[in-house]
Amino acid sequence: MEIKVLGPGCANCEKMAEMAKKAVKELGIDVKIEKVTNIQEIMKYTMSTPGLVVNGKLKHSGKPLPNPDKVKELIKSEI
Amino acid sequence: MLKEFASYVTYGLIMLEQGSRLGDAIEFFIYDTIKIFLLLSVIIFIVSIIRSYFPPEKTKKILSHKKEFIGNILAALLGVVTPFCSCSAVPLFIGFVEAGVPLGVTFSFLISSPMVNEVAVVLLWGLFGWKIAAIYMGTGLLVAIFGGFIIGKLKLEKWVEEYVYKFHTGQGQEIIKQTFKERLQYAKWNTADILKKVWLFIIIAIGIGGFIHGYVPEDFLVNYAGKGNPFAVPVAVLLGVPLYSNAAGVLPIVYALMEKGLSAGTVLAFMMAVTALSLPEMIILRKVLKMPLLGVFAGIMTVTIIAVGYIFNVIL
Repeated sequence: MEIKVLGPGCANCEKMAEMAKKAVKELGIDVKIEKVTNIQEIMKYTMSTPGLVVNGKLKHSGKPLPNPDKVKELIKSEI
Repeated sequence: MLKEFASYVTYGLIMLEQGSRLGDAIEFFIYDTIKIFLLLSVIIFIVSIIRSYFPPEKTKKILSHKKEFIGNILAALLGVVTPFCSCSAVPLFIGFVEAGVPLGVTFSFLISSPMVNEVAVVLLWGLFGWKIAAIYMGTGLLVAIFGGFIIGKLKLEKWVEEYVYKFHTGQGQEIIKQTFKERLQYAKWNTADILKKVWLFIIIAIGIGGFIHGYVPEDFLVNYAGKGNPFAVPVAVLLGVPLYSNAAGVLPIVYALMEKGLSAGTVLAFMMAVTALSLPEMIILRKVLKMPLLGVFAGIMTVTIIAVGYIFNVIL
């Protein structure tokens, strides 16, 4: 399983990465979260950051951000 | 009903003396605070639902290959309803260019988005009435339309970084489908998030309105920066350009200036300058725009906002 957080590194992207980390921990799965800051890479999936990609699928993009429970649900749906 | 509640709390619960200055101030404070927070919650919630139907990907498609002027108008309007995080300005810009959105039209979008938004409009409405809010929104859109239109006419494509034109993402980006229930959820989270960010500024602004009221003479600033002084607008705008804040953050200053007799046009122009032009945004945009284009952008914005300030002062 692979999880990517897309964003050039703003407050919202940090928040998204934090939520993903927490969700992974709570789900008890051992997955490293990859932060993607390269524009070319980001734009393969979306042009609205922050984005959340699970197993190559775009699960969230842009504002408003989901809440922590929703992030967990989005990741869980790909397990 | 709100009025009755405010006076009940002031005179019934806190037991202040009817008609005393402190009593008046507290009653006004309670009434205004509740009113503005109610307005904000309801409107942010509704706007969030509307926004969920206008993701940037859809806006891009609408604006793609649009003719100038019509395109500028559409872009300015879509800038109001399309949600986007300032961190995605670069991918958004590249995405727009790649999709064939004209440069000037892209700028209309980028100008209107931070300047004209529901938070700014609701706060102005709650504190100064719907007229000021409507005028701010209308002229904000005009600045975005004409600012973008002029940039388009100047044919400045050569000052966009070359790599932007070489991007080929294949347009494979998808729009995530949402159920109506999900839209409601996201709207709820967004409302809570925004309220968390702005509540303190609003309390301070209302506090200034309620308490500092009688302490500084009403016409304190009028002598220096009233309607009669032709330099008031440019000075206010030039002071506002290097300052950077969102609409809520600048509100306490705006309220204090208005309260102390600065004319509405000057104050609104100041607020526009603070929200529309910011150093962090410039630094982000520098990744896709060369310096001369950034300079032209800042220059055109400054001039149009000053013009709007003068127009305000004449009609208000």
